Amino acid sequence: MDTILPIIAGAIFATGIYLLLRRSLILTIIGIILISNSVNLALFSLGRISTENPPLIKAGSLEPLAPFANPLPQALILTAIVIGFGLLAFALALAYRSYRELGTVDQDELLEDAEDTSAAIVPRNDFKNGGGA
Amino acid sequence: MMKSLILHTATRLMIGVLVLFSLFLFFRGHDEPGGGFIGGLVGAGAFTLYAIAFGTEATRKVLRIHPITLISVGLLSLVVSGLIPMFVAEPFLTGKWLFIEWGAIDTKLSTPLLFDIGVYLCVVGFIVTVIFSLEEEG
Amino acid sequence: MLTVVALIFIVALLSPWIYKLFKEKSGWVLALLPFGSFLYLASWLPHIAAGNVVQQSTTWVSMALFEVNLAFYLDGLSLMFGMIITGIGTFIVLYGSGYLAGDAYLPRFYCAILLFMGSMLGVVLADNLISIFVFWELTSFTSFILIGFTHEQENSRKAALQALLVTGIGGLALVAGLVLMGFASGHWEVSALLNEGDIVRNHPYYLAILILVLAGAFTKSAQFPFSFWLPGAMAAPTPVSAYLHSATMVKAGVYLLARLNPVLGSTEIWLILVGGFGLLTLLVSAWLSLSFTDMKQILAYSTVMALGTMIMLIGLGTEMAMKALAVYILSHAMYKGALFMVAGAVDHEAGTRDVLKLGGLRTLMPISFAAAALAAISMAGIPPLYGFIAKELVYEAALEAPLWPVLVITLAVIANIAIVAASAIVVIRPFLGAKVETPKKAHEAPLSMWIGPLSLAVLSVLFGVLPFLIDTSLMVPVASSVYGVPMDFYLSLWHGINLPLILSLVTLAGGILVYRIWDGLRESAPMKVYQTGFAMGPIRGYNGLVNGLLGLAGWQTRTIQNGLMSNYLVTILITLLVAVGYTFLTRSGIVWNPGFENMLIQEWALSIAIITALGIMLAFGHSRLTMVIGAGVVGFALALIYLMHGAADLAMTQVLVETLTVILVVLVLIHVPKLKELRSTTSKIRDGVIAVAAGALMTLLILAVTAAPFDAFISEFYAEASYPLAHGRNIVNVILVDFRALDTMGEVVVVAIAGLAVYALIKMKRFGSPPDTNTGGRTSSGAASKQGGS
Repeated sequence: MDTILPIIAGAIFATGIYLLLRRSLILTIIGIILISNSVNLALFSLGRISTENPPLIKAGSLEPLAPFANPLPQALILTAIVIGFGLLAFALALAYRSYRELGTVDQDELLEDAEDTSAAIVPRNDFKNGGGA
Repeated sequence: MMKSLILHTATRLMIGVLVLFSLFLFFRGHDEPGGGFIGGLVGAGAFTLYAIAFGTEATRKVLRIHPITLISVGLLSLVVSGLIPMFVAEPFLTGKWLFIEWGAIDTKLSTPLLFDIGVYLCVVGFIVTVIFSLEEEG
Repeated sequence: MLTVVALIFIVALLSPWIYKLFKEKSGWVLALLPFGSFLYLASWLPHIAAGNVVQQSTTWVSMALFEVNLAFYLDGLSLMFGMIITGIGTFIVLYGSGYLAGDAYLPRFYCAILLFMGSMLGVVLADNLISIFVFWELTSFTSFILIGFTHEQENSRKAALQALLVTGIGGLALVAGLVLMGFASGHWEVSALLNEGDIVRNHPYYLAILILVLAGAFTKSAQFPFSFWLPGAMAAPTPVSAYLHSATMVKAGVYLLARLNPVLGSTEIWLILVGGFGLLTLLVSAWLSLSFTDMKQILAYSTVMALGTMIMLIGLGTEMAMKALAVYILSHAMYKGALFMVAGAVDHEAGTRDVLKLGGLRTLMPISFAAAALAAISMAGIPPLYGFIAKELVYEAALEAPLWPVLVITLAVIANIAIVAASAIVVIRPFLGAKVETPKKAHEAPLSMWIGPLSLAVLSVLFGVLPFLIDTSLMVPVASSVYGVPMDFYLSLWHGINLPLILSLVTLAGGILVYRIWDGLRESAPMKVYQTGFAMGPIRGYNGLVNGLLGLAGWQTRTIQNGLMSNYLVTILITLLVAVGYTFLTRSGIVWNPGFENMLIQEWALSIAIITALGIMLAFGHSRLTMVIGAGVVGFALALIYLMHGAADLAMTQVLVETLTVILVVLVLIHVPKLKELRSTTSKIRDGVIAVAAGALMTLLILAVTAAPFDAFISEFYAEASYPLAHGRNIVNVILVDFRALDTMGEVVVVAIAGLAVYALIKMKRFGSPPDTNTGGRTSSGAASKQGGS
């Protein structure tokens, strides 16, 4: 399994990147899901895979029975999964909100709509002609 | 909100079990697979299921507490669990333990437990907030 | 000293409540604070006069490279500045309570002026280079608030910004200079540096240090051509201008150079740069003051002239120059503070500060007149006031200039002629002559507003007549600390008939003559050209610079930030690929040793499932349901992989999150219409290439890293310590809630914020854009318009 996991991680990553670049914000978000998954898997592989025994200590003993799986990447990934989920929820809400405001989930059209409304960068009046006695 | 008799009946039966299960996962978390994150996800799943079956209004009534309050209380628990050791001049978030022996079953109270409660509440509050917000748009 | 500075800051922050408690009396209450600080500083006088210094230190930041100490250093120079700051500060707080009486922002004034006072006191008392800079920046920042006090007016805002930008840029140069100086000498305390001048002066960085420090000091002390911000800052209410420009802000640069004179000074380049800029400034600005009719503008340019004089004296660096500097700083602070406050009182009571629209106020405002007259006589350098002694000493110092004494004294006399005329203008025009109808019915200002100017004017007389009151006790220590070597002298009004006295008479005569022809001179063509060139020129240059910078920023933003998300993504991804790929290939190289032999049948099955799911997602990209299911399959498959490799917690989390993810995505999809993929084949190919490259890099990276030896030290520590130390048998959970709890806390906070953000995004009312313009046409569902009103 040493070789197949990196390949799977790469494949998921590639798919995620490709989806990230699509025009539909929904596909972009699905791309983000895949990328998080791929990175978690990568992290998991980097912690070395050796055994199927989880890092638990049996009642009565002080240390886990070797061999046991590396607990550190597991802790990292566990929070990463939850944070990834938080990011996903936020991205979805953002996409939904921008659809409600601008009527589109098209990445390219967001630009045009943004220009219509407010995003043009105009220097504040105070900075123009930066002062004067 | 879905109008399905099977879903409604099943949900009514399931919700209690799910919440109990989430608490079970939470409390055994320090020694067996489980803990604040996992327990919180299961608990949130229970309320999500309820919201899908009966709508958010009914779920709010079952939950009684506003989900953002859950987040706040959760964050507060995290901070408090960190501050407690500082009263005995130890660094922020040092684990402090209190062993109570009842004879048959021993209980251990600890700041990591309080910390995990904070994690649990934040996770539940977060997911329920999101689900409610999106559901209520429908 | 730390207590004093800290107390001022604390009271400043409490001042709004103090104001609520004492209402209109709060000016008198708050003035007790600077007055108390003044008395505290004054109590050190005998100690300092005896030739001692005071040092107090508390460690603030301690780093490997250097330490920042809250160290304070009191010698003659800092004592005099400290006393000027707190002494005049006392009067300013009182004056402000009268001048701004009834102003809704009065509490804000108290707060800002006290903050400023604390910062300024910090600059002059601090011993550590870094803390000097911190206080220095605080003065820039608080003066920004003060100058822009009447922030409803665009003019004030611009003036505040101008002052902030000019002094702020200078501040950046200064910090670079100070840090270089610290590294060059190895000392971060001024008190230590004072004895290490040789090291700094002979260091290869000397020129860089000098130029950077001078850039900071010259911008702060309004030396030509950076002088324009000071007259501009007259947009501030008078209490502010009086304080900033007589006693404090602009003197910070003077203080700094005086302080560092024993370290950086007495080289040829110092003489030329510092002396030269000072001389140029005093000459140019003295005559500019005559081209205005606004009392505050006249005083502003005469202030610039005075600053030029001080800087020039520091540049000259002789014993006589240091003597002159000490006396000049004190006399200037007294008469200029008084004159500014009177100008404000006139404005306040008569409704205008334009000398052409004023006249005959002496009977209506007798006390202000007395104060103004005495102060102006001191400014003109007429005996027996203190200003006379100061000017005599300046002339003596100029005559002894180490380089081109004739040129220096000639220019100094020419400049002082203009100042004599300016002194005459600000007192004779408004107060003497026939009564003129003023916009407001003038009457004497309240006690709070004349007590300051009158006291300062009386002190000018007192010190002029009886100079021995302060010469050995204050002036000698000041001059000694600037000179770096103890000296001893006595001051007196009468020196006998000598060259400086004759020059003074010439100056006086010239000044009277200029005053008589002032109306014609002001309106004459050369004066207009002069004003345009020297007053407006630098402002135009500054405006050009600021507008150019804004233009450049706008152009660059439009070019780089073109708003197309795919462009951003492609840029980021290519950068990532190139940077990581290059480092990877050059540092590690590809490691490829495939090992599929130990794989179990279920592992093969999972791998195939994932790859198939990905393939289907790519092939049926238009079906959103396929996408969701595909992503779900991948997620669940990963959960199984985790489970198979001893990660039970992970597997459970992954399954639960995947479930919730599907629910969430579906909840959003219900509302959002389908979108056809409209990208061209070219861009699809481009994206495909990027994606494949990224995936390949990921695979190769993992393979290369896993081929390297593994150090399980940390994991093993956690495994061994989990039960004995943290009483938990699930090591993953123990890491999360105990060993690495701080990380977890940060992560949970992120999740909490995400929850709040989602709530806000969904529940928030619409932005300002009109509701129906964007919802028609291209969307197939009515969801958008339905949500329009929510």
